[in-house]
Amino acid sequence: MASDIQVLESAVVRFAGDSGDGMQLTGSQFTTSTALSGSDLATFPDFPAEIRAPVGTTFGVSAFQINFGAKAIKTVGDSPDVLVAMNPAALKVNLSNLRSGGLLVVDSGAFSKRNLQKAGYEESPLGTPALDGYQVIDLDISKMTLEAVKKFGLGNKEALRCKNMWTLGMMLWMFSRKREPVTKWLQNKFSKMPQIAESNIAALNAGHAFGETAELSATFKRYQIGATQSEAGTYRTVTGSQALSWGLAQGGELAGLQIILGSYPITPASPILHALSGMKELGVVTFQAEDEIAAICAAIGASFAGSLGITSSSGPGIALKMEAMGLAISTELPLVIVNSQRGGPSTGLPTKTEQSDLYQAVYGRNGDAPVPVISTRSPGDCFEVAIEACRLAVKYMTPVMLLTDGFTANAAEPWKLPDLDALTPFKVRHTGTPVEGESFSPFKRDPKTLARNWAVPGTPGTEHRIGGIEKDFDSGHISYDADNHQKMTDTRIGKIAGIAADIPAQAVEQGETTGKLAVVGWGSTFGPISEAVKMARAEGLDVSHIHIRYLNPFPENLGALLAGYDKIIVPEMNAGQLKTMLRDQFLVDAKPLNKVSGLPFKIQEILDAIRDEITPSQQGGE
Amino acid sequence: MNEISTPTAKLTIKDFTSDQEVRWCPGCGDYAILKCMQRTLPELGATRENTVFVSGIGCSSRFPYYMDTYGFHTIHGRAPAVATGVKLANPDLDVWMITGDGDGLSIGGNHLLHILRRDVDINILLFNNKIYGLTKGQFSPTSDVGTRSPSTPQGSVDPSLNPISFALGSGARFAARTVDTALKHMPGVFTRAHGFKGASFVEILQNCIVYADETWGPVTQKKTAADLQLLLENGERMIFGAERNKGIIFNRERFALEAVVIGESGITEDDILVHDESNLQMARMLAELGAGEGEPMAMGVLYADEADHSYTDAVLAQVEAEKGKRTLKDMIYGGQTWEVK
Repeated sequence: MASDIQVLESAVVRFAGDSGDGMQLTGSQFTTSTALSGSDLATFPDFPAEIRAPVGTTFGVSAFQINFGAKAIKTVGDSPDVLVAMNPAALKVNLSNLRSGGLLVVDSGAFSKRNLQKAGYEESPLGTPALDGYQVIDLDISKMTLEAVKKFGLGNKEALRCKNMWTLGMMLWMFSRKREPVTKWLQNKFSKMPQIAESNIAALNAGHAFGETAELSATFKRYQIGATQSEAGTYRTVTGSQALSWGLAQGGELAGLQIILGSYPITPASPILHALSGMKELGVVTFQAEDEIAAICAAIGASFAGSLGITSSSGPGIALKMEAMGLAISTELPLVIVNSQRGGPSTGLPTKTEQSDLYQAVYGRNGDAPVPVISTRSPGDCFEVAIEACRLAVKYMTPVMLLTDGFTANAAEPWKLPDLDALTPFKVRHTGTPVEGESFSPFKRDPKTLARNWAVPGTPGTEHRIGGIEKDFDSGHISYDADNHQKMTDTRIGKIAGIAADIPAQAVEQGETTGKLAVVGWGSTFGPISEAVKMARAEGLDVSHIHIRYLNPFPENLGALLAGYDKIIVPEMNAGQLKTMLRDQFLVDAKPLNKVSGLPFKIQEILDAIRDEITPSQQGGE
Repeated sequence: MNEISTPTAKLTIKDFTSDQEVRWCPGCGDYAILKCMQRTLPELGATRENTVFVSGIGCSSRFPYYMDTYGFHTIHGRAPAVATGVKLANPDLDVWMITGDGDGLSIGGNHLLHILRRDVDINILLFNNKIYGLTKGQFSPTSDVGTRSPSTPQGSVDPSLNPISFALGSGARFAARTVDTALKHMPGVFTRAHGFKGASFVEILQNCIVYADETWGPVTQKKTAADLQLLLENGERMIFGAERNKGIIFNRERFALEAVVIGESGITEDDILVHDESNLQMARMLAELGAGEGEPMAMGVLYADEADHSYTDAVLAQVEAEKGKRTLKDMIYGGQTWEVK
């Protein structure tokens, strides 16, 4: 059957179903196939905190959204063009977000009375005016899946598990994507269970064949989304956690140090522990500690003994690590602390994203205890930022806080693979045995960086004792001297402040370096801000986008740069933390644009804010 | 870095004594332990550069400052975790951990449990004075019920914890006990702990002269010690007493150890138990001995049962087995990639 193929620039597809329906797998396999077709993309896994919430309920709905296109894709898309709902609850939770006129695919086989009740529907919305305004394709996917896998002899429950592959097959057909990568993946994943592998492949093929042969309404079109015009190079898809873990391993290699990760399982940071535990080939040592405090303390012990200690967690875990962080600040040992931020306070929203740990990172800890704080803007960016965290830690003998978030950690995007051989090493030299007549002090500093000596156990002649008690500036011995404490505090602050001279000047992502309005962001708001500013500029609005990677210390030119704009707005997934820091440090009238719903910004929300700031009356002629 | 250098000349107590003024209260039991350590390390063939003392917070945790080795005075309760990190980074180091009853059993109880469970090859010395000294005398997890302190003016109501029972319950494979004043006994215990591959836990009954003087009472007093301390020797009968006429038997009816007098009630020397360090059940009972009237406290090595390999060996063996099989480039460029021209 010759279905007419419609060429689209981009599309947003959201797969939604019960937690047990395998929507994350469906989404990630659709992503792989899409990436291999050369489209740019961004993904957003949106799943509940419960591992297996009661089947069929609205709070057990798990979704995976992908935005892909022949143009540069920077966000996961505001509203899906296509919604796949595997049960009534998935429909209930996600329908309001589907763009009007969008395509809705539902498994009518799952719309039983009981499932409808659990989702809170009194009657089935299928075929009612509730779905007017959408193109609805209701198919009994459950039945067709059972039919497709019948010959493999699975039990009913197991056979039904294949319905996500049936759906995927149909969606691959709809968007002209290849099945081969998925087939290969299934064969590999279920290599020890050929029956399961074959059933899933059969379901995938059946779904694809259905799209190709079924007599469908005219609205059931096939789409073509081309490859994007990216920079030349080798690409792969990568999640933030994966890129960050590789970056840490690369950072260790560039420093010439073994990295030792101390970590404790926590959502959404655990994938970093998992990824690094799978990098033993690179000599990476991982230690799953008994708690968050032990995790950072083991990393500090490792750094004391000459390795590069790393610890990774999320907000509540980071809070537990604060005292130990102070120890690393006081003893001036290198350490990388990764915070995959999630909704807070307390347990908050473990699986939802937020940027609300900026204060904790910059101002946390007892005493005057500054640390460098840097952040990641996208999954691919995590690689470079992780390397930078390692560089700063060993060069300045300091803990470094790396802020990423749940969204970046889990989201995937195409990543242009870096030329690893072109990276600049920053080899560390531990302090050696002093030569005859040379004195040794563990707190002797490099006059330029103010970093102290790093003498490690096992080296004859540099035996020393350190701890959290204040140390004498010269000898490093315990000191309760008043003037010395002032000097040491000033030195620690000065050392971190001095990093400003060692980082790139703040650039402007889009727009002029002066003007009416600057939209200033940090972290994973990069995508929506970037798109919103692009659209606003296309409308002729005088707006620029500034995105800050280095949050402490800020780049040296940032104050002067911000002073060049009439107005500043700061979109943040918190109640206004960067906004306050900018006001504090630069006395500028930065205005907040806050969202703490656990979801990333929509482009529209930022675009509206930009328009509000620059009213048409202010847009005079030349 | 990891090579253990052979000292050209035998080191002495002086080599292990740092230039820092010792700041414990005059008469504190810690002085004797420090001296004993400084004297024992040369005997063990230890080197200054490969020896690391890691401590938490409290009076005992000042210990590392006074040893001319590497030392890390960390934060309250967390020494086990820091020490584990040190050992993971460099398993060839000789790591000693110093803690107290508050640091190790209260704020750091969780970490102590896990370092013992993992059997990390570290020598752990817990100075037990049954009181918080550095914070001026509050009761601790090992204080006897009824201890009057600034925070318990009417007397404490918390039952006390037995450190050796805690250690054995945590999976420790080496547990020993000694006394701060036992200058002849202590070095032997240190030597055994040092020689043990795995986590070796040593409880040292220590006297706080300011806040809990004579806390161990007759057990450590010269006149009564011989009758209230059972000095264990592997393979030897559990005989004690100033006149060496007392012993420990197993009372089947009570399913418990019992102190008896040889020659009384038909007890002969053959009835007295023979100490077997590898017997965990016996060690558990020995740990609790001393609670009853007239019972001695067991001293020396209560339990020693070395594992085939230590924790750090096992962790690092997994890394070594994989090391070099793939590079980072293999990982990043492996998998599904595509070219854009």
